[in-house]
Amino acid sequence: MLIKKPSDIPSSEITPKSLYMNRRKFMGGAALFGATVATGAYELSKMAEPSEVVHGNTKLTTVKSQYSTTETPTPFKDITNYNNFYEFSTDKYEPAQLARNFRTSPWQVKVGGAVAQKKTYDVDSLMKLAALEDRIYRHRCVEGWSMVIPWVGFPLSNLINQVQPTAKAKYVMLTTLMDSSQFPGQRPGLFGPPVLDWPYTEGLRMDEAMHPLTLLVFGLYGETLPNQDGAPVRIVVPWKYGFKSIKSIVKIDFVGSEPPTAWNKAAPNEYGFYSNVNPNVDHPRWSQATERRIGEFSKRKTLLFNGYGDQVASLYNGMDLKKYY
Amino acid sequence: MRRRWIILLKLVLWLLCLSPVGLLAWKATHDELGANPLSEVTLTTGHWTLYLLLITLGVSPLRKITGFNWLIRFRRPLGLFAFFYGCLHLMTYLWFDKFFDVHEIVKDIYKRPFITAGMTAWSLMLPLALTSTAASIRWLGGRRWQALHRLIYASAIAGVVHFWWLVKRDLTRPEVLAGILTILLAFRIADRMIATREQRHAAVVQS
Repeated sequence: MLIKKPSDIPSSEITPKSLYMNRRKFMGGAALFGATVATGAYELSKMAEPSEVVHGNTKLTTVKSQYSTTETPTPFKDITNYNNFYEFSTDKYEPAQLARNFRTSPWQVKVGGAVAQKKTYDVDSLMKLAALEDRIYRHRCVEGWSMVIPWVGFPLSNLINQVQPTAKAKYVMLTTLMDSSQFPGQRPGLFGPPVLDWPYTEGLRMDEAMHPLTLLVFGLYGETLPNQDGAPVRIVVPWKYGFKSIKSIVKIDFVGSEPPTAWNKAAPNEYGFYSNVNPNVDHPRWSQATERRIGEFSKRKTLLFNGYGDQVASLYNGMDLKKYY
Repeated sequence: MRRRWIILLKLVLWLLCLSPVGLLAWKATHDELGANPLSEVTLTTGHWTLYLLLITLGVSPLRKITGFNWLIRFRRPLGLFAFFYGCLHLMTYLWFDKFFDVHEIVKDIYKRPFITAGMTAWSLMLPLALTSTAASIRWLGGRRWQALHRLIYASAIAGVVHFWWLVKRDLTRPEVLAGILTILLAFRIADRMIATREQRHAAVVQS
C-alpha cells in the first residue's frame, strides 16, 4: 500500500536539496578547514619564536663555596630558555619571551608568622644579609631531565636566624607573587580554571629550611637572576625535585603545621610535600630511575637525594620515603 | 576531477605531510631543537601522528558533506603518513628513551598506562598499514577489509588517551584533539543512524 501524506508546506517554500546540501558542505568544510588552519598556525607560531639569550644582568660579587659540584655547568642559553615557570606558560620555551618585561624592582619580601621579628625586606637589602656564594648545584626536574646550575645566593638559614622563629614555627611557607597582569598563566584557561591554584606556594620543614644546602638565590652565572629563572629572589633545594624550589618569592611565613603546596594541591597522589629526588619511588605515571642531563644523549641513573645523600639523608632517618614521597 | 589535478594535489599532500619531519631535520642540523632536542623530536612526531590520524578520519565526513568523491584518494596516503610519524615516534621512545633495553620496555608497557595506550594505538595502526594496498583489498574482500580498517577508530581513541595521560597538568591540547575526535566519530554515528532510518522509511513506503 502506498501512503501519501498531504504536504502542508507548499513545495515552493522548501529549500531545494542542492542549496541545503551546499550549506552543509560549506559549514562542514569550514569547520574542518578552521581546525586544520588553527593547528597549523599554532605550530607555526611556536616555530617562529627566536631562542634569544637575555644576558647582561647586573654582575654580583661572590665567593666560592665548598658545596659546589665539580660537574660542568649547563650552558647559560639552556638554563635561560628551557624553563618550567607556569605563571608565564606551560610551554618551556615561552617563559624566556614572556618574562622579558617582568618588573622585579621595586620588590619586597614580607617575612611573618611565628617569628620574633616580623619584617618586610626590600630585595636589595635582603641580598646584603650575607656574603653571596657561587653554588654549582645539580638540578633535577620531576619530569626526568636535569641540569647543573651555578646559582648565586646564601643559605636561607641566614634570613631565618635574623627573624628569630618562635617555638611554634615548625614549617616555612613560601609564596610567589600573584599578579595576573604580569603572569598570563595565572589567568583562567581556555576550558576552565587556571592551570594551578595560584599563587604558587611551597613549604619546607624547619630543619630542611635551616640546612646549609638550602639556598636563598639571587643570581646565576655570577649575575642577577634572569626573570624566567625566578627573579629577583627564589630558593633552591638541590636534593628535591625542581618544583620545590619556588621562584619570585614575595612572602615567607613561619607556621605550625605542614603548609599547602601548589603541586600537591593539584595532584596529591603524584606530588608529595617532601618530593625528595628518589630513583626508587616512581611518579605514578613515569619512572624516576633515570634522567636526561640537558646536553647529553644517553640517560643517567638518577641518584638518591640527587646525589646529596651524604648531607641530607639524616634529615629523614626512620621515615618511609615511599610513604612520604 | 582530472587526473592531472589529482597528481598535483597528491604532490602537495606529500610535501605538506613531509614538512614536519623536514623541519625537524633542518632544526637538528642547525642547532634549533632547543635545550632538550630528543624530547622535542618525540613530542613533534607524536603530535603529528595524532594530527594526521584525525585528518585521515576527516576525509570521509568531508567527502560526504561536500560530495567530492575524489577526496577518498587522499585517505590512504594520509593514513600511511600518520603511521609513518607513529613509527618515528615509537622509534624515539625505543631508542632515545629506552636505548632498546627490552626488559625496560616490556616493564614500561606493563606498568605505565600511557605507554600501554600509546603501544596499543601504534599496534592497531600496523595491520592497517600492512593491508593498505589494492591487492590486500582483493585478497581480504571489500567487506572484511573495511571491517578491519575500522580499527582506526580504536587507534585514534587510544592515541588521544595516550596523550591525555602523559600530560603533566595543562590538558588544553589533548582536550582539543579529543573534541575533534568526538565530532568525527559522532558524525559517523549520526550518518549511520540517518542511513538506517532512511532504509526503514523506504521499507515502510514499499510495503
